Amino acid sequence: MRVDNDDILRSSGTDVRKCMKCGKCSGACPSFDEMDFPPHIFVSMVERGDAAALLSSKSLWTCMSCFACVERCPRGVEPANVIEAVRASAMSPQGANRMRPEDVPVFLGAAGECLVPQQLLASAFRKYSR
Amino acid sequence: MKFSYFPGCTLKAEAGRSGETAISAAGALGVEVTELDQWQCCGAVYPLARDEIATKLSAVRALIDAKRAGLPLLTLCSACHHVIKRVNRDMAEDSDVRDRVNSYVAPEVPYGGETKVVHFLEMLRDHVGFDSVAKRVTAPLAGQRVAAYYGCMLLRPSSAMGFDDPENPSIMEGLIAAIGAEPVLYPQRNECCGGYLAIENKGAAKRRASEVVRSAAEHGADCIATTCPLCLYNLTENGAAGTMPVYDLTALLANALGLHVEPSSGCAAVCSVCSERNSAHAC
Repeated sequence: MRVDNDDILRSSGTDVRKCMKCGKCSGACPSFDEMDFPPHIFVSMVERGDAAALLSSKSLWTCMSCFACVERCPRGVEPANVIEAVRASAMSPQGANRMRPEDVPVFLGAAGECLVPQQLLASAFRKYSR
Repeated sequence: MKFSYFPGCTLKAEAGRSGETAISAAGALGVEVTELDQWQCCGAVYPLARDEIATKLSAVRALIDAKRAGLPLLTLCSACHHVIKRVNRDMAEDSDVRDRVNSYVAPEVPYGGETKVVHFLEMLRDHVGFDSVAKRVTAPLAGQRVAAYYGCMLLRPSSAMGFDDPENPSIMEGLIAAIGAEPVLYPQRNECCGGYLAIENKGAAKRRASEVVRSAAEHGADCIATTCPLCLYNLTENGAAGTMPVYDLTALLANALGLHVEPSSGCAAVCSVCSERNSAHAC
């Protein structure tokens, strides 16, 4: 799939060129062990115009948007916003959503009651579908 | 003190009791809370993409209704607070978002972020005062070592949330002390619980939530208390798995105020039994 690196930069609203490769975002990331491209590598690849390589990365689906990287970046780069922009690109083609309405019933009980907090379904839907 | 109130989907349904509990505790402290006549789910996550407008509209509608009522907007769920507070900031500071939203919603007067968004904990700290809370406590939780769990959404990004010190917060510990318990500090109190990963990557969510619970236990906590329904679920289901009680902090407050909260069922394990002040009990 084709991906427009400029679109990603625009949508993230952050300037990846400010990154000084200190790695503090990755040091702060509670999902570091779950990722193939940790935040500082992820940002660096987008900066180099390599966003296409990230479309199939595990990092897209293991970032929890907890904003630890955003809070602790000494340069105001906002890595979580960059990951979000690539995640949105990865789901933009028809049928590429990570979560579909058909995935919901498994979280419902016999009487249709929600077995998990609605907040969990709502946030997963926002993150895993377009 | 009067507030408009945005309960949000989770506190209204699954964990309905905990929303009511918090509001009755506020009432006991002399705070008058009126739920908005109409509201929609906030969306649970703040839309990070610069060009997203539709996903911000439900927050804006709630903000406009609170402005019409002339009251600050009270939130309780961390996700609702995060989304509404950040959208409000966009409306105040980002003319592109403000113009496009106003053009679509077309309110009688264009909205520019005038409503003040106040989280329940901020209301207790800044409007009631923890000293006043302490004076109203009739059943102090003496001897309980309570580990406050902040999670992410109340604190970060601090430039937008302006809630507390993002790395060394104290607001929840302040409330825990006010209700007579002993606050426990531990390193994981402001790290993520796993959030929405619980839907499709249960393993990762369990590893994350377990780390939080382990950290609290290691520092001598009898129980964990939080105000976020999703944190409550993740820490209970994916982290503690029966090894450590996890409570809704507002239920502890209500019990300390002598309101004798009934146990809640379902995924939100709100405890009523703390009036026993028995750290070993299970809900």
